[in-house]
Amino acid sequence: MTELSDLSPLRAGAAALADNLLTDELHEVTVNVNGAAHTRTVPARRLLSDFLRHDLRLTGTHVGCEHGVCGACTVLVDGAPARACLMFAVQAQSHEVTTVEGLGSSADSMNHVQQAFAECHGLQCGFCTPGFITTITSFLEENPDPTEEEAREVVSGNLCRCTGYQNIVKSVLRAAELKREAGEPA
Amino acid sequence: MKPGPFRYLAPTTLEEAVRALGEHPDAKVLAGGQSLIPVLSMRLARPTHLVDLAGIAGLGEVEVSDEWVRVGALVTHARLLADEDGYAALPLLRQALRNVAHPAIRNRGTTVGSIAHADAAGEMPSILAITDGVVEAFGPQGRREIPASEFFAGALETTLAHDEVIEAVRFGRFPGGTTTAFLESARRKGDYAMAGVAVALTVDESGQITSARASFVSVTDVPGVLDLTGALAGRIPTDVDWSVIDDAVQDHIEPEADIHVSAEYRAHLAGELARRAFAQAAATHPGGNS
Repeated sequence: MTELSDLSPLRAGAAALADNLLTDELHEVTVNVNGAAHTRTVPARRLLSDFLRHDLRLTGTHVGCEHGVCGACTVLVDGAPARACLMFAVQAQSHEVTTVEGLGSSADSMNHVQQAFAECHGLQCGFCTPGFITTITSFLEENPDPTEEEAREVVSGNLCRCTGYQNIVKSVLRAAELKREAGEPA
Repeated sequence: MKPGPFRYLAPTTLEEAVRALGEHPDAKVLAGGQSLIPVLSMRLARPTHLVDLAGIAGLGEVEVSDEWVRVGALVTHARLLADEDGYAALPLLRQALRNVAHPAIRNRGTTVGSIAHADAAGEMPSILAITDGVVEAFGPQGRREIPASEFFAGALETTLAHDEVIEAVRFGRFPGGTTTAFLESARRKGDYAMAGVAVALTVDESGQITSARASFVSVTDVPGVLDLTGALAGRIPTDVDWSVIDDAVQDHIEPEADIHVSAEYRAHLAGELARRAFAQAAATHPGGNS
Protein backbone atom coordinates (compact mmCIF):
# COMPACT_ATOMS: atom_id res chain seq x y z
CA MET A 1 0.00 0.00 0.00
CA THR A 2 1.20 3.50 -0.75
CA GLU A 3 2.07 5.41 2.39
CA LEU A 4 0.04 8.52 2.94
CA SER A 5 3.22 10.54 3.19
CA ASP A 6 4.27 9.51 -0.33
CA LEU A 7 2.59 12.21 -2.35
CA SER A 8 5.04 12.24 -5.24
CA PRO A 9 2.64 10.66 -7.80
CA LEU A 10 0.03 13.25 -6.87
CA ARG A 11 2.57 16.03 -7.13
CA ALA A 12 3.70 14.79 -10.54
CA GLY A 13 0.07 14.66 -11.66
CA ALA A 14 -0.58 18.16 -10.40
CA ALA A 15 2.56 19.43 -12.14
CA ALA A 16 1.46 17.82 -15.41
CA LEU A 17 -1.97 19.39 -15.01
CA ALA A 18 -0.43 22.80 -14.32
CA ASP A 19 1.72 22.39 -17.42
CA ASN A 20 -1.36 21.72 -19.48
CA LEU A 21 -3.25 24.64 -18.02
CA LEU A 22 -0.36 26.92 -18.80
CA THR A 23 -0.32 26.04 -22.47
CA ASP A 24 -3.50 28.04 -23.13
CA GLU A 25 -2.60 30.80 -25.53
CA LEU A 26 -4.90 33.78 -25.87
CA HIS A 27 -6.14 35.10 -29.20
CA GLU A 28 -7.84 38.35 -29.99
CA VAL A 29 -10.87 37.19 -31.92
CA THR A 30 -13.35 39.32 -33.89
CA VAL A 31 -16.57 37.63 -34.92
CA ASN A 32 -19.52 39.17 -36.74
CA VAL A 33 -22.62 38.20 -34.80
CA ASN A 34 -26.11 39.36 -35.78
CA GLY A 35 -24.69 42.13 -37.92
CA ALA A 36 -22.18 43.59 -35.44
CA ALA A 37 -18.46 42.89 -34.99
CA HIS A 38 -17.48 41.70 -31.51
CA THR A 39 -13.88 41.46 -30.34
CA ARG A 40 -12.82 39.42 -27.30
CA THR A 41 -9.60 37.87 -26.07
CA VAL A 42 -10.14 34.13 -25.68
CA PRO A 43 -8.16 30.87 -25.58
CA ALA A 44 -7.96 28.90 -28.83
CA ARG A 45 -10.12 26.18 -27.31
CA ARG A 46 -13.09 28.52 -26.70
CA LEU A 47 -16.03 26.86 -28.46
CA LEU A 48 -18.19 29.20 -30.53
CA SER A 49 -21.14 28.21 -28.30
CA ASP A 50 -19.25 29.38 -25.19
CA PHE A 51 -17.98 32.48 -26.98
CA LEU A 52 -21.58 33.47 -27.73
CA ARG A 53 -22.91 32.65 -24.26
CA HIS A 54 -20.05 33.57 -21.93
CA ASP A 55 -18.10 36.20 -23.79
CA LEU A 56 -20.93 37.97 -25.64
CA ARG A 57 -23.69 37.11 -23.12
CA LEU A 58 -25.94 35.98 -25.94
CA THR A 59 -27.59 33.18 -23.99
CA GLY A 60 -30.21 32.38 -26.62
CA THR A 61 -27.91 29.72 -28.04
CA HIS A 62 -28.39 26.71 -25.78
CA VAL A 63 -25.81 24.05 -25.02
CA GLY A 64 -27.10 20.49 -24.69
CA CYS A 65 -24.87 17.55 -25.53
CA GLU A 66 -21.77 19.52 -26.55
CA HIS A 67 -20.74 16.97 -29.14
CA GLY A 68 -22.94 17.75 -32.11
CA VAL A 69 -25.80 15.33 -31.55
CA CYS A 70 -28.66 17.33 -29.98
CA GLY A 71 -28.73 20.41 -32.20
CA ALA A 72 -29.69 22.86 -29.41
CA CYS A 73 -26.67 25.10 -30.12
CA THR A 74 -27.32 25.35 -33.87
CA VAL A 75 -26.57 28.83 -35.22
CA LEU A 76 -26.32 30.13 -38.78
CA VAL A 77 -22.81 30.51 -40.18
CA ASP A 78 -23.00 32.55 -43.38
CA GLY A 79 -26.71 31.71 -43.41
CA ALA A 80 -26.28 27.93 -43.17
CA PRO A 81 -26.99 25.94 -39.98
CA ALA A 82 -23.94 24.76 -38.03
CA ARG A 83 -23.36 23.41 -34.53
CA ALA A 84 -21.81 26.17 -32.41
CA CYS A 85 -20.32 23.46 -30.16
CA LEU A 86 -18.38 22.00 -33.09
CA MET A 87 -16.57 25.20 -33.99
CA PHE A 88 -13.93 27.24 -32.21
CA ALA A 89 -14.39 30.99 -31.93
CA VAL A 90 -11.03 31.43 -33.72
CA GLN A 91 -12.51 29.58 -36.73
CA ALA A 92 -15.55 31.87 -36.89
CA GLN A 93 -13.56 35.03 -37.58
CA SER A 94 -14.10 35.27 -41.31
CA HIS A 95 -17.77 34.32 -41.06
CA GLU A 96 -21.13 35.92 -40.38
CA VAL A 97 -22.84 34.27 -37.40
CA THR A 98 -26.58 34.58 -36.73
CA THR A 99 -28.03 33.43 -33.41
CA VAL A 100 -31.68 33.13 -32.43
CA GLU A 101 -31.45 36.68 -31.02
CA GLY A 102 -30.65 37.87 -34.53
CA LEU A 103 -33.85 36.34 -35.88
CA GLY A 104 -36.12 38.03 -33.35
CA SER A 105 -35.60 38.72 -29.66
CA SER A 106 -38.86 40.23 -28.42
CA ALA A 107 -42.55 39.33 -28.63
CA ASP A 108 -43.19 41.88 -31.37
CA SER A 109 -40.08 41.14 -33.42
CA MET A 110 -40.52 37.37 -33.78
CA ASN A 111 -39.79 35.97 -37.21
CA HIS A 112 -42.19 33.64 -39.02
CA VAL A 113 -40.68 30.50 -37.48
CA GLN A 114 -40.84 31.84 -33.93
CA GLN A 115 -44.41 32.99 -34.53
CA ALA A 116 -45.39 29.56 -35.89
CA PHE A 117 -43.84 27.80 -32.85
CA ALA A 118 -45.89 30.06 -30.54
CA GLU A 119 -49.10 29.45 -32.50
CA CYS A 120 -48.71 25.68 -32.93
CA HIS A 121 -47.32 24.85 -29.45
CA GLY A 122 -44.03 23.82 -31.09
CA LEU A 123 -42.30 24.07 -27.72
CA GLN A 124 -42.86 23.16 -24.10
CA CYS A 125 -39.75 23.70 -21.95
CA GLY A 126 -38.07 25.65 -24.75
CA PHE A 127 -34.56 24.35 -24.23
CA CYS A 128 -34.17 22.91 -27.73
CA THR A 129 -36.15 25.68 -29.43
CA PRO A 130 -33.34 28.07 -30.50
CA GLY A 131 -31.69 25.27 -32.51
CA PHE A 132 -34.98 24.45 -34.21
CA ILE A 133 -35.65 28.12 -35.03
CA THR A 134 -32.27 28.67 -36.68
CA THR A 135 -32.37 25.35 -38.58
CA ILE A 136 -35.91 25.86 -39.89
CA THR A 137 -35.40 29.54 -40.77
CA SER A 138 -32.50 28.64 -43.03
CA PHE A 139 -34.33 25.63 -44.52
CA LEU A 140 -37.38 27.71 -45.54
CA GLU A 141 -35.15 30.12 -47.45
CA GLU A 142 -34.31 27.27 -49.83
CA ASN A 143 -37.60 25.36 -49.56
CA PRO A 144 -40.51 27.78 -49.22
CA ASP A 145 -43.18 25.11 -49.66
CA PRO A 146 -42.07 21.89 -47.93
CA THR A 147 -44.11 18.69 -47.74
CA GLU A 148 -44.79 17.16 -44.34
CA GLU A 149 -42.07 14.58 -45.02
CA GLU A 150 -39.53 17.30 -45.81
CA ALA A 151 -40.61 19.18 -42.68
CA ARG A 152 -39.95 16.03 -40.66
CA GLU A 153 -36.58 15.50 -42.29
CA VAL A 154 -35.33 19.03 -41.67
CA VAL A 155 -35.76 18.66 -37.91
CA SER A 156 -34.19 15.17 -37.79
CA GLY A 157 -30.92 16.66 -36.55
CA ASN A 158 -32.52 18.39 -33.54
CA LEU A 159 -33.63 16.57 -30.39
CA CYS A 160 -36.71 17.60 -28.39
CA ARG A 161 -37.67 15.66 -25.25
CA CYS A 162 -41.05 17.38 -24.64
CA THR A 163 -43.20 17.73 -27.70
CA GLY A 164 -42.98 14.39 -29.48
CA TYR A 165 -42.24 16.46 -32.61
CA GLN A 166 -45.83 16.49 -33.94
CA ASN A 167 -46.34 20.17 -33.17
CA ILE A 168 -42.85 21.01 -34.37
CA VAL A 169 -43.66 19.52 -37.78
CA LYS A 170 -46.88 21.56 -37.77
CA SER A 171 -44.84 24.64 -36.86
CA VAL A 172 -42.53 24.11 -39.86
CA LEU A 173 -45.51 23.97 -42.22
CA ARG A 174 -47.19 26.96 -40.54
CA ALA A 175 -43.96 28.98 -40.69
CA ALA A 176 -43.75 28.30 -44.43
CA GLU A 177 -47.33 29.53 -44.75
CA LEU A 178 -46.61 32.71 -42.77
CA LYS A 179 -43.52 33.37 -44.85
CA ARG A 180 -45.42 32.95 -48.10
CA GLU A 181 -48.24 35.21 -46.89
CA ALA A 182 -45.71 37.90 -45.89
CA GLY A 183 -44.02 37.57 -49.27
CA GLU A 184 -47.24 38.04 -51.26
CA PRO A 185 -47.91 41.51 -52.56
CA ALA A 186 -50.65 43.25 -50.53
CA MET B 1 -17.04 18.47 -22.19
CA LYS B 2 -14.46 21.11 -23.13
CA PRO B 3 -11.33 20.47 -25.16
CA GLY B 4 -8.02 20.65 -23.34
CA PRO B 5 -5.67 23.53 -24.10
CA PHE B 6 -3.86 23.56 -27.44
CA ARG B 7 -1.94 25.98 -29.60
CA TYR B 8 -3.86 27.09 -32.68
CA LEU B 9 -1.81 27.40 -35.86
CA ALA B 10 -3.22 28.89 -39.06
CA PRO B 11 -0.74 28.26 -41.89
CA THR B 12 -1.38 29.80 -45.29
CA THR B 13 0.51 27.21 -47.36
CA LEU B 14 0.71 23.41 -47.38
CA GLU B 15 4.50 23.65 -46.84
CA GLU B 16 3.92 25.60 -43.62
CA ALA B 17 1.26 23.15 -42.46
CA VAL B 18 3.55 20.18 -43.06
CA ARG B 19 6.45 21.92 -41.29
CA ALA B 20 4.23 22.59 -38.25
CA LEU B 21 3.19 18.93 -38.14
CA GLY B 22 6.86 17.90 -38.39
CA GLU B 23 7.81 20.16 -35.48
CA HIS B 24 5.03 19.00 -33.20
CA PRO B 25 4.62 15.24 -32.86
CA ASP B 26 1.29 15.63 -31.04
CA ALA B 27 -0.30 18.09 -33.48
CA LYS B 28 -3.55 17.33 -35.33
CA VAL B 29 -4.95 18.73 -38.57
CA LEU B 30 -8.19 20.71 -38.33
CA ALA B 31 -10.46 21.21 -41.36
CA GLY B 32 -14.22 21.15 -40.71
CA GLY B 33 -13.73 19.75 -37.22
CA GLN B 34 -17.01 17.81 -37.16
CA SER B 35 -15.29 14.56 -36.14
CA LEU B 36 -12.24 16.07 -34.42
CA ILE B 37 -13.92 18.58 -32.11
CA PRO B 38 -16.21 16.01 -30.40
CA VAL B 39 -13.14 13.83 -29.86
CA LEU B 40 -11.35 16.81 -28.27
CA SER B 41 -14.36 17.78 -26.18
CA MET B 42 -14.66 14.26 -24.82
CA ARG B 43 -10.90 14.36 -24.14
CA LEU B 44 -10.38 11.21 -26.18
CA ALA B 45 -7.47 13.13 -27.72
CA ARG B 46 -5.29 15.89 -26.29
CA PRO B 47 -3.22 17.28 -29.17
CA THR B 48 -0.75 20.02 -28.25
CA HIS B 49 -1.35 21.92 -31.50
CA LEU B 50 -4.15 22.20 -34.04
CA VAL B 51 -3.09 23.02 -37.59
CA ASP B 52 -6.09 24.68 -39.25
CA LEU B 53 -6.15 24.26 -43.04
CA ALA B 54 -8.87 26.90 -43.54
CA GLY B 55 -6.44 29.64 -44.57
CA ILE B 56 -4.70 27.64 -47.30
CA ALA B 57 -5.77 28.65 -50.80
CA GLY B 58 -6.64 26.13 -53.50
CA LEU B 59 -8.12 23.38 -51.32
CA GLY B 60 -11.77 24.23 -51.94
CA GLU B 61 -12.23 22.93 -55.48
CA VAL B 62 -14.22 20.08 -57.02
CA GLU B 63 -12.78 19.11 -60.41
CA VAL B 64 -14.17 16.57 -62.85
CA SER B 65 -12.10 14.80 -65.51
CA ASP B 66 -12.79 11.77 -67.72
CA GLU B 67 -11.42 9.46 -65.07
CA TRP B 68 -11.89 11.20 -61.73
CA VAL B 69 -13.83 13.49 -59.49
CA ARG B 70 -11.16 15.33 -57.50
CA VAL B 71 -12.21 16.85 -54.20
CA GLY B 72 -10.01 19.35 -52.34
CA ALA B 73 -9.33 19.10 -48.62
CA LEU B 74 -11.62 21.99 -47.68
CA VAL B 75 -14.67 20.96 -49.74
CA THR B 76 -17.58 20.41 -47.37
CA HIS B 77 -20.01 17.52 -47.72
CA ALA B 78 -22.74 20.10 -48.47
CA ARG B 79 -20.69 21.68 -51.25
CA LEU B 80 -19.96 18.30 -52.87
CA LEU B 81 -23.57 17.18 -52.45
CA ALA B 82 -24.72 20.25 -54.40
CA ASP B 83 -22.09 19.92 -57.14
CA GLU B 84 -23.97 19.13 -60.38
CA ASP B 85 -20.86 18.22 -62.41
CA GLY B 86 -19.67 15.87 -59.70
CA TYR B 87 -23.11 14.28 -59.55
CA ALA B 88 -23.31 13.81 -63.30
CA ALA B 89 -19.85 12.23 -63.36
CA LEU B 90 -20.35 9.99 -60.33
CA PRO B 91 -23.94 9.78 -59.04
CA LEU B 92 -22.78 7.54 -56.18
CA LEU B 93 -21.27 10.63 -54.51
CA ARG B 94 -24.66 12.24 -54.01
CA GLN B 95 -26.35 8.91 -53.27
CA ALA B 96 -23.94 8.48 -50.34
CA LEU B 97 -23.56 12.11 -49.22
CA ARG B 98 -27.30 12.42 -48.57
CA ASN B 99 -26.72 9.96 -45.74
CA VAL B 100 -23.75 11.72 -44.16
CA ALA B 101 -24.89 13.08 -40.78
CA HIS B 102 -27.35 15.97 -40.64
CA PRO B 103 -27.33 19.06 -42.89
CA ALA B 104 -25.86 21.20 -40.08
CA ILE B 105 -22.89 18.80 -39.86
CA ARG B 106 -22.54 18.56 -43.65
CA ASN B 107 -22.32 22.35 -43.84
CA ARG B 108 -19.03 22.31 -41.90
CA GLY B 109 -17.66 18.78 -42.23
CA THR B 110 -15.34 18.02 -45.14
CA THR B 111 -15.38 14.90 -47.31
CA VAL B 112 -11.59 14.62 -47.18
CA GLY B 113 -11.68 15.05 -43.39
CA SER B 114 -14.05 12.12 -42.98
CA ILE B 115 -11.73 10.00 -45.14
CA ALA B 116 -8.70 11.08 -43.08
CA HIS B 117 -10.64 10.23 -39.91
CA ALA B 118 -11.11 6.71 -41.38
CA ASP B 119 -14.10 5.82 -39.25
CA ALA B 120 -15.57 2.57 -40.58
CA ALA B 121 -18.97 4.04 -39.68
CA GLY B 122 -18.36 6.92 -42.10
CA GLU B 123 -19.91 6.75 -45.54
CA MET B 124 -17.20 8.42 -47.61
CA PRO B 125 -14.31 6.03 -46.83
CA SER B 126 -16.40 3.23 -48.37
CA ILE B 127 -17.03 5.40 -51.44
CA LEU B 128 -13.31 6.03 -51.84
CA ALA B 129 -12.78 2.25 -51.64
CA ILE B 130 -15.45 1.20 -54.15
CA THR B 131 -14.40 3.85 -56.68
CA ASP B 132 -10.74 2.71 -56.48
CA GLY B 133 -10.01 6.23 -55.29
CA VAL B 134 -6.66 7.81 -54.62
CA VAL B 135 -5.47 9.98 -51.74
CA GLU B 136 -3.16 12.84 -52.74
CA ALA B 137 -0.84 13.36 -49.79
CA PHE B 138 1.45 16.35 -49.34
CA GLY B 139 4.50 15.87 -47.11
CA PRO B 140 8.01 17.25 -46.51
CA GLN B 141 9.27 15.35 -49.57
CA GLY B 142 6.46 16.67 -51.74
CA ARG B 143 3.45 14.88 -53.14
CA ARG B 144 2.63 11.18 -53.24
CA GLU B 145 -0.45 9.19 -54.16
CA ILE B 146 -1.93 6.48 -51.97
CA PRO B 147 -4.55 4.14 -53.47
CA ALA B 148 -7.59 3.58 -51.25
CA SER B 149 -6.66 -0.10 -50.91
CA GLU B 150 -3.39 0.92 -49.22
CA PHE B 151 -4.73 3.92 -47.31
CA PHE B 152 -7.02 2.46 -44.65
CA ALA B 153 -4.96 0.53 -42.11
CA GLY B 154 -7.46 -0.14 -39.33
CA ALA B 155 -10.26 1.44 -37.35
CA LEU B 156 -9.48 5.19 -37.31
CA GLU B 157 -6.03 4.38 -38.71
CA THR B 158 -4.46 5.25 -42.05
CA THR B 159 -1.05 4.95 -43.70
CA LEU B 160 -0.72 8.74 -43.90
CA ALA B 161 2.48 9.86 -42.14
CA HIS B 162 2.16 12.25 -39.20
CA ASP B 163 3.75 15.07 -41.18
CA GLU B 164 1.56 14.58 -44.26
CA VAL B 165 -1.64 16.42 -45.12
CA ILE B 166 -4.25 15.21 -47.60
CA GLU B 167 -4.43 17.85 -50.31
CA ALA B 168 -7.28 16.17 -52.18
CA VAL B 169 -8.84 12.81 -52.90
CA ARG B 170 -9.81 11.49 -56.31
CA PHE B 171 -12.87 9.28 -56.63
CA GLY B 172 -12.62 7.07 -59.71
CA ARG B 173 -15.44 7.25 -62.26
CA PHE B 174 -17.09 4.00 -63.31
CA PRO B 175 -17.06 2.72 -66.90
CA GLY B 176 -20.11 3.27 -69.10
CA GLY B 177 -22.91 0.80 -68.39
CA THR B 178 -22.51 1.18 -64.62
CA THR B 179 -25.30 1.98 -62.19
CA THR B 180 -24.82 2.48 -58.48
CA ALA B 181 -26.84 2.59 -55.28
CA PHE B 182 -26.20 3.47 -51.65
CA LEU B 183 -28.39 2.30 -48.78
CA GLU B 184 -27.99 2.48 -45.05
CA SER B 185 -30.06 1.97 -41.94
CA ALA B 186 -29.76 4.22 -38.88
CA ARG B 187 -31.88 4.61 -35.74
CA ARG B 188 -32.48 8.26 -36.60
CA LYS B 189 -31.90 9.65 -40.10
CA GLY B 190 -28.47 11.28 -40.08
CA ASP B 191 -27.08 9.23 -37.20
CA TYR B 192 -24.26 6.74 -37.67
CA ALA B 193 -25.53 3.83 -39.71
CA MET B 194 -26.02 0.47 -38.01
CA ALA B 195 -25.07 -0.87 -41.43
CA GLY B 196 -24.74 0.56 -44.91
CA VAL B 197 -23.63 -0.47 -48.37
CA ALA B 198 -22.51 1.07 -51.65
CA VAL B 199 -22.83 -1.04 -54.80
CA ALA B 200 -21.72 -0.65 -58.42
CA LEU B 201 -23.06 -2.86 -61.17
CA THR B 202 -21.66 -2.77 -64.71
CA VAL B 203 -23.16 -4.44 -67.78
CA ASP B 204 -21.89 -4.75 -71.35
CA GLU B 205 -23.81 -3.83 -74.49
CA SER B 206 -25.76 -7.08 -74.44
CA GLY B 207 -26.91 -6.27 -70.91
CA GLN B 208 -24.80 -8.95 -69.21
CA ILE B 209 -23.00 -8.24 -65.94
CA THR B 210 -19.28 -7.57 -66.34
CA SER B 211 -18.63 -6.23 -62.83
CA ALA B 212 -20.45 -6.25 -59.48
CA ARG B 213 -18.83 -4.71 -56.41
CA ALA B 214 -19.88 -3.62 -52.95
CA SER B 215 -18.33 -1.70 -50.06
CA PHE B 216 -19.78 -1.57 -46.57
CA VAL B 217 -20.31 0.95 -43.77
CA SER B 218 -20.24 0.11 -40.02
CA VAL B 219 -19.76 -3.64 -40.48
CA THR B 220 -16.05 -3.87 -41.38
CA ASP B 221 -12.95 -2.54 -39.59
CA VAL B 222 -11.56 -1.11 -42.78
CA PRO B 223 -13.57 -0.06 -45.82
CA GLY B 224 -12.71 -2.62 -48.47
CA VAL B 225 -14.28 -3.89 -51.67
CA LEU B 226 -16.26 -7.10 -52.02
CA ASP B 227 -15.93 -8.17 -55.65
CA LEU B 228 -18.88 -10.36 -56.65
CA THR B 229 -18.10 -10.37 -60.36
CA GLY B 230 -17.03 -14.03 -60.35
CA ALA B 231 -20.46 -15.23 -59.22
CA LEU B 232 -22.48 -12.86 -61.39
CA ALA B 233 -20.58 -12.32 -64.67
CA GLY B 234 -22.70 -12.97 -67.73
CA ARG B 235 -26.02 -12.80 -65.86
CA ILE B 236 -28.80 -10.33 -66.74
CA PRO B 237 -29.18 -8.03 -63.68
CA THR B 238 -32.98 -8.05 -63.56
CA ASP B 239 -33.03 -11.88 -63.65
CA VAL B 240 -30.74 -12.32 -60.67
CA ASP B 241 -32.14 -13.52 -57.36
CA TRP B 242 -29.85 -11.40 -55.20
CA SER B 243 -29.87 -13.88 -52.35
CA VAL B 244 -27.02 -15.57 -54.26
CA ILE B 245 -24.67 -12.97 -52.76
CA ASP B 246 -25.71 -13.65 -49.14
CA ASP B 247 -22.85 -16.00 -48.24
CA ALA B 248 -20.18 -13.82 -49.84
CA VAL B 249 -21.51 -10.76 -47.96
CA GLN B 250 -21.54 -12.59 -44.62
CA ASP B 251 -17.98 -13.86 -45.21
CA HIS B 252 -16.79 -10.33 -46.03
CA ILE B 253 -18.22 -8.42 -43.06
CA GLU B 254 -17.09 -8.46 -39.41
CA PRO B 255 -19.97 -6.83 -37.55
CA GLU B 256 -19.59 -5.95 -33.88
CA ALA B 257 -22.17 -5.23 -31.20
CA ASP B 258 -22.54 -1.90 -29.40
CA ILE B 259 -25.22 -0.31 -27.19
CA HIS B 260 -27.40 0.38 -30.24
CA VAL B 261 -27.42 -2.93 -32.00
CA SER B 262 -26.26 -6.56 -31.79
CA ALA B 263 -23.71 -8.05 -34.19
CA GLU B 264 -26.38 -10.45 -35.48
CA TYR B 265 -28.75 -7.63 -36.35
CA ARG B 266 -25.97 -5.68 -38.05
CA ALA B 267 -25.16 -8.77 -40.13
CA HIS B 268 -28.84 -9.17 -41.00
CA LEU B 269 -29.08 -5.51 -42.06
CA ALA B 270 -25.90 -5.70 -44.15
CA GLY B 271 -27.23 -8.73 -46.04
CA GLU B 272 -30.66 -7.21 -46.62
CA LEU B 273 -29.29 -3.81 -47.64
CA ALA B 274 -26.83 -5.40 -50.08
CA ARG B 275 -29.62 -7.38 -51.79
CA ARG B 276 -31.82 -4.29 -52.01
CA ALA B 277 -29.01 -2.04 -53.24
CA PHE B 278 -28.09 -4.46 -56.04
CA ALA B 279 -31.75 -4.83 -56.99
CA GLN B 280 -32.03 -1.04 -57.10
CA ALA B 281 -28.89 -0.69 -59.23
CA ALA B 282 -30.20 -3.46 -61.54
CA ALA B 283 -33.58 -1.76 -61.95
CA THR B 284 -31.98 1.55 -62.95
CA HIS B 285 -30.06 0.01 -65.86
CA PRO B 286 -31.39 1.10 -69.23
CA GLY B 287 -32.49 -2.50 -69.74
CA GLY B 288 -33.98 -2.64 -66.24
CA ASN B 289 -37.56 -2.25 -65.14
CA SER B 290 -37.48 1.43 -64.28
